Amino acid sequence: MTQSHRGATQSGRADRRVTASKSSIDEVVDADPRLVRLVFWYAASATFWLVAGTAVGEFLGLTFIWPEIASTSWLSFGRLRPVHTNTVFWGWSSLGALAVAHYVVARTSRTELFSYRLGWVALGAINLSVIAGDVQLIAGINNGGQEYREFIWPVMALFAVGLVACGVNFYRTIADRNTDAIYISNWYILAAVIWTLTLVTVAYLPGYQDGIGQTIIQGYYMHQGVGMWFTPLALGLTYYSLPKLLNKPIYSYSLGVLAFWTQLLFYTMIGSHHFVFAPIPWWIQTVAIIFSIGMIVPVVAGTANFLLTMRGSGTTISHSYALPYLVVGVVFYCVGSLQGSVEALRSANLYWHFTDFTVGHSHITMYGFVAFLIWGGIYGLLPRLSGREPPHALIGAHFWLSLSGLILYGVSMSIGGTIQGSMWIEGVPFIETVQAMTPYWVWRAIGGTAMFLGHLIFAYNLWSIWPAVSESDEEAADV
Amino acid sequence: MFEFHRNEQLLFSTVWLLFVVLTVVIAIGPALTSQSTNEPLPTSEPMTDLERKGLKVYVNEGCVYCHTQQVRPVKPDENLGRPSAPGDFARVERPGIWRQTPAILGSERTGPDLTNVGKRQPSGQWHLMHLYNPRAVVSESIMPSFKWLFRVVDRPAEDATVVSMPGGYGPEDGTLVATDRAETLVAYLQSLDQAPLPGQDAAGGGSKKGSTSSPAKEAGGPDGASIYASSCASCHQSNGAGVPGAFPPLKGDPVVTAEDPRRHVEIILEGLSGKKIEGTSYSAAMPGFADQLDDDEIAAVVNHERTSWGNSAPTVEPEDVEAIRKAMKEASDESL
Ligand code: HEC
Ligand code: HEC
Ligand code: HEM
Ligand code: HEM
Repeated sequence: MTQSHRGATQSGRADRRVTASKSSIDEVVDADPRLVRLVFWYAASATFWLVAGTAVGEFLGLTFIWPEIASTSWLSFGRLRPVHTNTVFWGWSSLGALAVAHYVVARTSRTELFSYRLGWVALGAINLSVIAGDVQLIAGINNGGQEYREFIWPVMALFAVGLVACGVNFYRTIADRNTDAIYISNWYILAAVIWTLTLVTVAYLPGYQDGIGQTIIQGYYMHQGVGMWFTPLALGLTYYSLPKLLNKPIYSYSLGVLAFWTQLLFYTMIGSHHFVFAPIPWWIQTVAIIFSIGMIVPVVAGTANFLLTMRGSGTTISHSYALPYLVVGVVFYCVGSLQGSVEALRSANLYWHFTDFTVGHSHITMYGFVAFLIWGGIYGLLPRLSGREPPHALIGAHFWLSLSGLILYGVSMSIGGTIQGSMWIEGVPFIETVQAMTPYWVWRAIGGTAMFLGHLIFAYNLWSIWPAVSESDEEAADV
Repeated sequence: MFEFHRNEQLLFSTVWLLFVVLTVVIAIGPALTSQSTNEPLPTSEPMTDLERKGLKVYVNEGCVYCHTQQVRPVKPDENLGRPSAPGDFARVERPGIWRQTPAILGSERTGPDLTNVGKRQPSGQWHLMHLYNPRAVVSESIMPSFKWLFRVVDRPAEDATVVSMPGGYGPEDGTLVATDRAETLVAYLQSLDQAPLPGQDAAGGGSKKGSTSSPAKEAGGPDGASIYASSCASCHQSNGAGVPGAFPPLKGDPVVTAEDPRRHVEIILEGLSGKKIEGTSYSAAMPGFADQLDDDEIAAVVNHERTSWGNSAPTVEPEDVEAIRKAMKEASDESL
């Protein structure tokens, strides 16, 4: 389509190539402008939630240093913490991954997206659910304080509508494919949608969730949320974006398939590792711990597959502005997951459970792994759609701010959490352990500030590759 | 044989069915069994209406994100009470069609576990002051102030619960009173007190703090400084200076520095309220510790108070505490 080429020349950014050491987009993809619009609006919504959600995260981090800044009801920690987590989960990570997923599913099926309308319906429903859910939480209404289930069911039902729309859309697109095999990315992406729909339904149905039943479902839900939604989504995107940007096939298709099935069999079983030593049946905890160790199989298979694909492409990676994000994402997928396997062991859990170590793990995984892979996909693929070259220096700035911030965050919480846990075992008065954490909370706030600044730059970068608006676009949007 | 990569119907229905089967095995099945087999402990009492409302405030204000309510059968939790049993949670139910069963077990301890906070800290006044501004009573605290659970009025109504904050922490003018929400929340907190497991005596579970696992105890007697830090410092402060107008200083206090330790021990055993100390009256009450601390521990904490912050008064032996405890018990039996 000529429109996207026009974008490239219109933007007048070609001259940047002279000064930047990174190589520029090597192809402009001939995509339907309706798809381009859809993908960009998913990315823009996601970015809005990223900036909003991490502004809240940053504020929460500061309340650990100056608790008095949050003495108003709607600024209070207890209300804003679920706003932070739900916004970055359902707003940023979900929509960010779905932005790229809509493109990947259509592209790897060598066909048109089944329905643009369904794409917009899903986007609208998910955005609405995050808005309604955040308002609900700030107003002091909480579904029950179960992490990531804090939206009441009518609000989460909106999110589920979004999932159904995506599921139908992806399934029909895949069914209409012009390729013989279903590309491995689509296994992961559509499976993630199906699993998450099931899991949200199970989590919100009544009838088995009173007393300790609630806790068993919570363990299952909390880990499947990260393990059967964000993880397969992020991996699915990477099975496309990594070989695409490296311009070579994935190292092993069968390793990807092995990782897929073991992910399904093992990950589903490990939820109760969030409640080790809790009064839920001991056998569930043991099963969870055993399969947490078993998770080493899909994690190592996935990581190895990606790293072996990268092998020998050092120059391409260092010359690309998007590939470094993928490298970081893959490394943190491995590091964060192995960290999780260790955390699940009873002997280690004794030290780390209930401490800030877990908060470190959450950010190492949800940020280092999921967010970096989303950024890699957006920076790697979206400029090809709009034909606009992003400012390389600012992509680098975003990268280093986010990476260094995350390392400060992860390291400080890991060390602090270990100290906290050891002090509890020694049996010192609780308040001394609060005081001992203060320096680590300060480091976290510094790291968080860097991350937040990175997100502002990311928002600018996305704006700078925004497709040039043309009349044909406007018309297309009305279809 | 399996054409998964060619047949989308086969692939995705297999993926879904496997997930559903595993979900039933690992989540729905066990949850259903737990819900239907768990009975509340016969020794526990049903939640009152007030406490239920308090639990709602507890969930809505996000106390669950910083406080757990589960005691694990492991060393770091030894001082929190007996290990939690499934029956402890059997009374926690779905509150209505809009919300789900509250997740009171929690997943993080930015603040201490609250399983037994009602036993450990029975004073309603303390909870109100602490909720209005935690730093008024625990200066190093990072817990948020829950100021919107209180109101400032010119003249409090007859039945209002007035909260008197120590200097500098209260409102500039007017009187601070607790709203209904604060009162229900405090009622809920005060109700948090583990019921003994059937066949276990009430004191056996133990919510003693800071003593049992301290190295000093293993080496010899319990450590008075650590008992003081966990049982007394929230009111009398770690430097013994108290909180002006709310909790008396123990530094230089006439009872603590008296030759005869009898009154000192009695007050710790049975608590104290309504006494004017050195011309000041205190609105809060001092809870009794007879059920929570044994004779060795009381002797240790008495001696810590008598020899710290410049105090130097004669110390006591556990046997003295035992004798005073006995005498008090006889006196109260007689008066019945
Ligand atoms: C940001 C985390 C945080 C939140 C949210 C929070 N707390 Fe706390 N809480 C703490 C910390 C830290 C302490 C220990 C210091 C202190 O006593 O103030 C504490 C102590 C307590 C104590 C005293 C426990 C003891 O053993 O002495 C009670 C009671 C308490 N909190 C109740 C609540 C209630 C009720 C809420 C919700 C309305 C709440 N907390 C919300 C962090 C928090
Ligand atoms: C809930 C807050 C609170 C806690 C916890 C507390 N006290 Fe007190 N204490 C008070 C108050 C209030 C008074 C004054 C009561 C009055 O004047 O009627 C008091 C009075 C005393 C007195 C008597 C002072 C006098 O001159 O009569 C002693 C001794 C004492 N406390 C020791 C302790 C010890 C030891 C502990 C720990 C085992 C402890 N207190 C825990 C609130 C508390
Ligand atoms: C596959 C290997 C993994 C294992 C075995 C694992 C294990 C664990 C364990 C044991 C905990 C609970 C710690 C505690 O409370 O003591 C935990 C928490 C957590 N994990 Fe993982 N993890 C893994 C991978 C991941 C990934 C890939 C993500 C993100 C996509 C992730 C996100 C989280 C989050 C967000 C929490 C915090 C949950 C909460 O308490 O709110 N984990 N993990
Ligand atoms: C995309 C980015 C982010 C994601 C996906 C994310 C995710 C999460 C998750 C899952 C938790 C719950 C942790 C747990 O219970 O174990 C959490 C808590 C938190 N996050 Fe983030 N976060 C992000 C960015 C940030 C940033 C930039 C900051 C800034 C400092 C931040 C600060 C916090 C704080 C303070 C908490 C509360 C921890 C506590 O309860 O002790 N987060 N976040």
